[in-house]
Amino acid sequence: MSDTPTSSATAPASRWSTFEVFSSVACLVLAITLPAYASVYVLYMASLVAINAIATVGLNITVGYTGLLSIGHSAFIGVGAYAAGLAMLHLGTPLFINVIIGAFAAFSVGLIFGIPSLRIKGVYLAIATLAAQYSLYFLFQQWTSVTGGDRGLSLPGTNLFGMGDTGFYYGVLLIALVLFVGARNLFRTRIGRSFIAVRERDYAAQVLGINVVRTKLLAFGIGAAFAGVSGALTAHFLRLVNPDQFTLLVSVFFLTAVVVGGRASILGSILGAGFMTLLPEVLREILSALPISGQANVAGLLSPLREIIFGLLIIGFLMFEPRGLKGILDRLLGKTDSMAESEAD
Amino acid sequence: MLAQFIEFSIIGIASGGMYVLSALGFVIIYKATRIFNFAMGEMMMLPAFIFLWALNTLGLQWSVALLVAILGGVTIVLVLERFVMRRMIGRPVVVLVMVTLGAGSVLRGLASLIWGQEIVTLPDFLPRTPIFLGDVMIPGKLASSFLIAAVVALGFVAYYRFSRAGIAIRATAIDLVTAEGLGINVRWIFTLAWVLAAILASVAGVLAASINGLSPQLGLVALNVLAVIMLAGMTSVFGVVVAGLFIGWLETMVGAYLSASWQSFLPYVIVLLVMMVKPSGLFGEERVERI
Repeated sequence: MSDTPTSSATAPASRWSTFEVFSSVACLVLAITLPAYASVYVLYMASLVAINAIATVGLNITVGYTGLLSIGHSAFIGVGAYAAGLAMLHLGTPLFINVIIGAFAAFSVGLIFGIPSLRIKGVYLAIATLAAQYSLYFLFQQWTSVTGGDRGLSLPGTNLFGMGDTGFYYGVLLIALVLFVGARNLFRTRIGRSFIAVRERDYAAQVLGINVVRTKLLAFGIGAAFAGVSGALTAHFLRLVNPDQFTLLVSVFFLTAVVVGGRASILGSILGAGFMTLLPEVLREILSALPISGQANVAGLLSPLREIIFGLLIIGFLMFEPRGLKGILDRLLGKTDSMAESEAD
Repeated sequence: MLAQFIEFSIIGIASGGMYVLSALGFVIIYKATRIFNFAMGEMMMLPAFIFLWALNTLGLQWSVALLVAILGGVTIVLVLERFVMRRMIGRPVVVLVMVTLGAGSVLRGLASLIWGQEIVTLPDFLPRTPIFLGDVMIPGKLASSFLIAAVVALGFVAYYRFSRAGIAIRATAIDLVTAEGLGINVRWIFTLAWVLAAILASVAGVLAASINGLSPQLGLVALNVLAVIMLAGMTSVFGVVVAGLFIGWLETMVGAYLSASWQSFLPYVIVLLVMMVKPSGLFGEERVERI
């Protein structure tokens, strides 16, 4: 119990080692200089990883830090995407405003679906998020006059800083960095700490004077708000919003990213999102290298294989490495002060 | 007008039979092990594919094929229980639920890898001759599938009520430590609960597939059964029977008088309504922990 992820923030051991400082600076430099030498495809994938990482960090705040299972995350991404898309179409607002609109919309919708589940504990929130998944999908699909139904919304392109794709990449990078640092710092504040306290033992948290209901609701809302930002960026990125981008399978994708990366770790979420985004690409490369006849067969194999691999990753990491890629990384770096996550229901 | 209403009602209640079976499977696992099993839909879908395979490829009689399907379902669940779920005992509920989600994803992927993703229709093995009650016509398939569901559900409830093992499951559900102290092998009870759920799910899956067709997505569609469980209150066997028939009725009514797209949405409206009004469900234990 005492070995919570927060111990790293309080203990003096949390001061960054030279290696960590060096590698973060290296990563930052790599990210900033990427457009100078990377191909369009690499830039595209890098933007996608950053967008997915934002949503994963959000889900990790809800699932990893606060211990509330959400299996409707993609619906909140959808709310953000539609809100941003509609703002773009009808108000012509720029990217940064749309991101805020998306975050706010997803936050509010998240709270609405969070409320009923807070009357009792247990898996009720998971079921409520599933209900959110299906009802919001239904709304996206059926409210044709606003959402465009199955065809969705087609959006104008974004030209950020007058630099086209590169500008968009920098915009995403900037927003992602701000949000990652924000999320990291959140867990050094009273609010973030109370999330973890609620996960560890909610009765004890209540005794300490934490309003458990409000904390859970806030954690859920903040998770949804991150999803909303990610959705708004997706809308700008793909220039298309339609209901099939926001299915239950997408929610499972993000849940897998959280588990694979490592629960209750911001760095873990980034690693997990990168891993999960690049995995299907690698899989496709492997499949097309194999002697399988026909392009249709490769596509037909890809989606079942993805489901199998996502499922195996969830089960495998939860069974054998609950700390995820972050845990593996820590072990590789020989970190002895294992921040073994404690799990509470 | 009235005759039509009665006809829809009977059809609806009959199709609720499948809901009762799979919801019973949900509840037995939840009661015995406190695991909320999101892989229940896949536990229905895979045996239905096995049934189809036994029927078409092996050329077995449908009753034998049903046995093969049940055996297949039980085997899959035993593997899952032995190698995954049992090793996770003592981990937080959130983790266990995530594991069932992962297991469901694997099973769904396997099914679409082996059998493809198109919807296939099962050959008619149930009698097709409709039954007439005055002016009201009931499709033969539905009537016989309801009959099978009723027999299996009654058999299960009787076993659960009166057999030694059933009593042991209930004892474990009420108080695990005391049950163990009284000499009940709790580990065996966990396995038994999973096996019973697998049998119920297999029959439910075959029946659902024979009426609505079969595809790997059946696993996701079957999550509709959550509405039944929420309405019944997660722990009540009697409540599940009532709620299952009611949801089946309501779904048919909505499909008949509104539209099919509302039909897929309706279960979740009920889930949210129940959560807002009476989170413990209509028949659930009031012993829920409020926060």
